Amino acid sequence: MAQISVKNVKKMFGDFTAVRESSFTIEDGEFFMLLGPSGCGKTTTLRMIAGLELPTSGEIYLDGEEISQRPPSERDIAFVFQMFALYPHMNVRKNISYPLISQGMPRAAVKAKVEEVAGILGITDILDSPVGGLSGGDRQRVALGRAIVREPKAFMMDEPLGALDAEFREHMAEELRALHDRMGATTVYVTHDQLEAMQMGDKIVVMNNAVIEQFGTPQEIYDKPATMFVADFIGSPSMNFLPFQGKVAPGTEAVRLNGHDEAVPILMEGAEGDLVFGVRPEHVFLSDTSGYRAKVLAAEYLGTTQIVTLQSPNGELKARIDARETVSPGETVGLEFRSQTVTLFDKSSGKALRSALNDEVIGNG
Amino acid sequence: MAEVVLENISKSFGNVTAVDDISMTIPDGAFVVLLGPTGAGKTTTLRLISGLEKLDAGSVRIAGRDVGLETPAQRDVAMVFQQYSLYPHMTVRENLSFPLRSPILRTPEDEISRKVNEVAEILQIPHKMDNKATELSGGEMQRVSIGRALVRDPQIFLMDEPLSSLDAKLRADLRVELKRIQADLGSTLLYVTHDQVEAMTMATHIGVLENGRLVQYGTPRDIYENPGSVYVASRLGLPRINILPSELFGGDHKGPQIGLRPENIIEGEGSDARVIRAEHLGDQTRLHLDLNGHPVVTLIDVHHGYPSGKVIKIRPHNALYFDASGARVN
Repeated sequence: MAQISVKNVKKMFGDFTAVRESSFTIEDGEFFMLLGPSGCGKTTTLRMIAGLELPTSGEIYLDGEEISQRPPSERDIAFVFQMFALYPHMNVRKNISYPLISQGMPRAAVKAKVEEVAGILGITDILDSPVGGLSGGDRQRVALGRAIVREPKAFMMDEPLGALDAEFREHMAEELRALHDRMGATTVYVTHDQLEAMQMGDKIVVMNNAVIEQFGTPQEIYDKPATMFVADFIGSPSMNFLPFQGKVAPGTEAVRLNGHDEAVPILMEGAEGDLVFGVRPEHVFLSDTSGYRAKVLAAEYLGTTQIVTLQSPNGELKARIDARETVSPGETVGLEFRSQTVTLFDKSSGKALRSALNDEVIGNG
Repeated sequence: MAEVVLENISKSFGNVTAVDDISMTIPDGAFVVLLGPTGAGKTTTLRLISGLEKLDAGSVRIAGRDVGLETPAQRDVAMVFQQYSLYPHMTVRENLSFPLRSPILRTPEDEISRKVNEVAEILQIPHKMDNKATELSGGEMQRVSIGRALVRDPQIFLMDEPLSSLDAKLRADLRVELKRIQADLGSTLLYVTHDQVEAMTMATHIGVLENGRLVQYGTPRDIYENPGSVYVASRLGLPRINILPSELFGGDHKGPQIGLRPENIIEGEGSDARVIRAEHLGDQTRLHLDLNGHPVVTLIDVHHGYPSGKVIKIRPHNALYFDASGARVN
């Protein structure tokens, strides 16, 4: 098992910067997510850790050893791709045995090891079946088995569930996470699906345009986003952004939104001009007494909760409220915000202003 | 716009029964969603109504008229498919005008231009009217293909997973937009999806399909709160309803299987359950529990700590009960 440390790693393809000076550390045994939209550099980062790409500059440490220029075969890392490629002419057992046999492991040891892995994955009963007739889930388990059987120091996974349909993906995500909990192997996982990242990850790196926007635990990133990009990318529906003009200073405890004072966590830095009031949909409440009014545009029923789309003086926003509350499109309602959860952003830089809420997370960069 | 009535319709392909004796009424002005997994018969039902497939048995009536022998064009329905197919060499305006130029409709030019502009306003794409179809983003293309259906003013709109190829954010926006357009125009719309969020948020009525049969038909709230079977209960709700042996909780119970949604689980009293893992999704935290060897998923307060291995107590509250076959017991 392994700790992986990425230091100032940069990757250029010709003139194009795929990854800009990035640093982060993946602790031993962590399930670590690289999250971002397509083209953000997450897959390139993963491929550099695995040795499929060489960094233009910077270092990568595996258990303290610098490995950034070594070939993949000398890194002891297993890679699981989105499209799991199995040998179609071999049965399940042979597919899983293959990496061990090519390493020259004795037959008896291979057999024992394969049986053990099959037990972990729950595929003992299909070991002698051809891979041709297997379901998508079983094929995926076999592909995982082939990666696990080598007992590598770490696993790299590039959107391994991307090709599956939604219902099955959720099931496999749970299974993969449970497998990780049993084995405790360091895993680096690339995805563009924020829910998958939140659901499975111990830590998340959010990337955009070749840059790391934020690095932290799922709840930290959700509650205390460092940038507007992160606030928007994580969460569904995403954070509401209410733009306003204002001036804030260290110690400010409230801002004026369309003539109404709205409390915010005590600010630790100042800003002036185009600011943004950021509040998550579940922290917006309908209130008869509030003077901050908005018009209901739509209500979407979700069983336990409903999502209400509103037109406020500062733009459109969404509230996630109890499904039992009645709201009708067209009516005007008052809004309240759970003040201790609000994040203010500087619109031009897109960065969150430091406050009592997020100082611990973003204060040290 | 019109009411559409299906009476005992069936369709087989070889020895596979795709649609099995479905009867339902799609009221005038309703937004009906057919919900079910792949292979449940959703798309075939849609194609039977449009005339792209021929009925084996039963009848389809649109505005009171039996359309069984009519061609798709004669039925006056508009379809929107998952893969938007626009004419790439035409501008948005030409793409939108095209259906109205059909020899059957023979629409006057000034009428075409009025309609196309009106639809462009509704879809919020008037500034893109002179762009080539290939110069649009995925979301804009799908809006144009919906627009091409809207200009026609047909008896019914038939939509087959029109949002499923779009990314999550755009899908959420178009959900609200489509619902608004349908409500504004008062159109009758039949929409096929396997996405429960689309079904719950847009539908006035949901029809749940299982192996070609219509197993329940009602409002989203009715289907969520009063499912007739384990199958239907499992279609709606995230995280999915927990189906467990009732005896796990002891005492009296109305049936051998108990169905628990997160809001039906009270924490702090009842049976012991061991925490496997807390999943932080941001706005909610899912707690995975082991209850006597059975997995249970529930929701907990976002910022509360539940370390793995901790034992908590849970009990049912307003639970649903089902018999051994999965049918609801009241």
